[in-house]
Amino acid sequence: MKNLIFNARTRRLKAAKLSIFLNFASLLLSVFALTVIFATATNAQIAVKGETVWTMTGEPITNGVVLINNGKIEAVGPAASITIPANYRIMTAKVVTPGLIDAHTVVGLNGYLNQPHDQSGLDGSGPFQPELRAIDAYNAQETLVEWLRSLGVTTIHTGHQPSALVSGQTMIAKTAGSNVDEAVIIPTAMIAATFGQSGLAGAGKSPGTRAKAAAMLRAELIKALENSKKTDVPKDIKSEIMMRVIRREIPMMITAHKSQDIMTALRIAKEFNIRIVLDGVSDAHLLINEIKASGFPVFIHPTMARPGGDAANMSLTTAGKLKAAGIPVALQSGYEGYVPKTRVVLYEAAMAAANGMSRSDALALITIDAAKILGIDNRVGSIAKGKDADLALYDGDPFEYVTHCTGTIINGKVVSEIVR
Amino acid sequence: MNKIFFCAAAILIAAYSVLGQNKPTAYINARIIPIVGQPIEQGILLVQNGKITAVGDARTVRLSSDVEIIDLAGKVVMPGLVDSHSHAGGGSGADGSSPIQPDVRLLDGINARAASLQRAQAGGITTVNVMPGSGHLDSGQTLYLKLRDNAVKIDDLLIFDKDGKYAGGIKFANGTNPIRAGGGSFPGTRAKSAALIREQFIKAQEYRDKIKKAGKDITKLPARDLAMETLVEVLEGKKVVHFHTHRHDDILTTLRLQKEFGFRLVLQHVSEGWKVADEIAKAKVASSIIMIDVPGGKLEAINLSLTTGAALEKAGALTGFHTDDSITDSRWFLRSAGMAVRAGMSREKALYGMTMANAIMLDLQDRTGSLEAGKDADFIVLSGDPLSVYTHVLQTWVEGKKVFDRSDPKDYLTAVGGVGAGDDSDGHTDFHDDELGGGN
Repeated sequence: MKNLIFNARTRRLKAAKLSIFLNFASLLLSVFALTVIFATATNAQIAVKGETVWTMTGEPITNGVVLINNGKIEAVGPAASITIPANYRIMTAKVVTPGLIDAHTVVGLNGYLNQPHDQSGLDGSGPFQPELRAIDAYNAQETLVEWLRSLGVTTIHTGHQPSALVSGQTMIAKTAGSNVDEAVIIPTAMIAATFGQSGLAGAGKSPGTRAKAAAMLRAELIKALENSKKTDVPKDIKSEIMMRVIRREIPMMITAHKSQDIMTALRIAKEFNIRIVLDGVSDAHLLINEIKASGFPVFIHPTMARPGGDAANMSLTTAGKLKAAGIPVALQSGYEGYVPKTRVVLYEAAMAAANGMSRSDALALITIDAAKILGIDNRVGSIAKGKDADLALYDGDPFEYVTHCTGTIINGKVVSEIVR
Repeated sequence: MNKIFFCAAAILIAAYSVLGQNKPTAYINARIIPIVGQPIEQGILLVQNGKITAVGDARTVRLSSDVEIIDLAGKVVMPGLVDSHSHAGGGSGADGSSPIQPDVRLLDGINARAASLQRAQAGGITTVNVMPGSGHLDSGQTLYLKLRDNAVKIDDLLIFDKDGKYAGGIKFANGTNPIRAGGGSFPGTRAKSAALIREQFIKAQEYRDKIKKAGKDITKLPARDLAMETLVEVLEGKKVVHFHTHRHDDILTTLRLQKEFGFRLVLQHVSEGWKVADEIAKAKVASSIIMIDVPGGKLEAINLSLTTGAALEKAGALTGFHTDDSITDSRWFLRSAGMAVRAGMSREKALYGMTMANAIMLDLQDRTGSLEAGKDADFIVLSGDPLSVYTHVLQTWVEGKKVFDRSDPKDYLTAVGGVGAGDDSDGHTDFHDDELGGGN
């Protein structure tokens, strides 16, 4: 149903644009005709032929075909086993992957201009603001969203930036759609928290130390725990969202790089029996056993992030070590304050593939493994019958520097054909 | 002719080595990409006393009996990378007192042992132009460094000319970075930026003329002025201007200033170079471009395009790349060439832009940037195609000495990161096995 609304709205929008363009030159009839052609060209039934199709459900298929119908994957398999119906649009690529997933970004809340008016990742008025919703800040038409889409990124877990103890909520969206309602999959995905230097407040304000940050978060969780036992629950939006954390309905995503901050996150999660995802986690390679024992997943920092400060110990090989240990791990693009304003998980995963991970495992970091941690693997992350038709098309090994993304499909619609 | 020369040179060198300390070393069987000249399969790179003495293959290079052989079968050898714009070493230049400070030298404010310089070695960079920032119209004098190992002090990395002067340029910038609203002596607009620069160069012309006019009469010399002395060097072409400039109109302003004052110029960053490629080519000015995965992050880079390299190549302009470390990390500098090829540049010109083009911009083309007899033995050993993400820099050699070896645990740590990777070098312990024996 959502897909139908999405398509109809986009069609209306495009039609409106076309009609303005052609207003003085053409008859109404031609506008109508073009609209029909447009709809046929971008919608519904597509067959994608790939010399290599990474389904992420098993070994990649050589000479594979993916059939798309009504926004969903209708069939996938070797070309010999699939008959392409006559009316399907045929697209070809050297390599086809599931649409890529960025496990944690701030894109859409923060924009590429890097000016106050397009930076909505952080409200500086207080250190604890879990009630701030990402959906109230997400700009679906942000240039960075378009940019990621054109490189094959189709799903993003995005939200408030890791620059306060609790900066706000995150959401999960497709990188298509002209507004947040069309884009969003999960409106409130996680609560973004930060332990360590970047989570501390300015001079004289709390939290001013790591221990204070932990004490403040514990106090809030205790309050939520007490509230959850009451019959007359306070009706304020801060309490409501924190009770959802206590009830294990939504996890906290805790950005923590240094060992002591990672351990604090694990300690607090255990104390309150809440769900968390460890984010950033530069020192993860020093705490493999502890993280593994906790059972919590990791959104590992971009491989090409700058080492320094709390993140001084980061390594290109950490993602591979976590994966080898059996820890659920996905790759994030994180938060960038300057240039580049965002990272591209495709390229960050490529560097993991070049430093000890298999291509398949590295691709999983930004597809199926990310989908599982985000709890959306029933819809995205692999190419399988019945899943959302989100695909990325490349003219070579997607990880290679010289390879282009040649097309992106989201919910069965071709949303990008820029060769980038 | 070349063959005869190479053979003759090889024999001469072999004879010399019997008397001298340093035996020649032959790096054999690698695919050699000399940058100047065609790639050579199963090539031979002959090195002695820190210099390249021959480049060729078994048919063109004769090896003496005492030559040390290093077999690099299956590997790729190319010149050490030259980074024409970096902030590795963390050096600072001008302070907040004024927008134009030609007297300030990065020489006096850089850490020769910085981990970032070690990371540059890990990325295959052998020569680098380290610069002060872009928050000033002129933030001071830059340094061209050779990334030799075990540097105790900055002097250990300098490149000296025949007169004993160390190499370096001067950093200028326009666009938004030097503009400070209400910033006292700093410009508030683009036109003011240009005016302030013109004013200083006109002063420098007068200063130069006074010196000329004084001739041998020292009583008529103007009072010494470090800033003016430096700008006179710039006017005389002794120091190249490395001009940070992003937007197409800022690029054109830079070209206008260059035309007026005749200084030697390298355009740095050149984000909108794709819009004015023909104008850059017509001005015969070199460009050093930055490759960033996404546009934006600052207003003047919102139209940054990876196609600038291809556009400049098409226009016929000399084009190189830089890391702007830490904007991009020196360890994956080769990515820049790969990205440029993705955006339409030829492989040949992209690799040229990582090496020879940058060497030319730094006036070091006679010493580095290609594998040619007579040049410094600055080269890298790669595990495969230089434009593949899966390729690693295995070894980096500067002037015939190995400064990075991925198989060495300490160097591997620098390359991939981890605990201690960010520590400064202590300047003494970074030896490699091959050096302990007193070889070249």
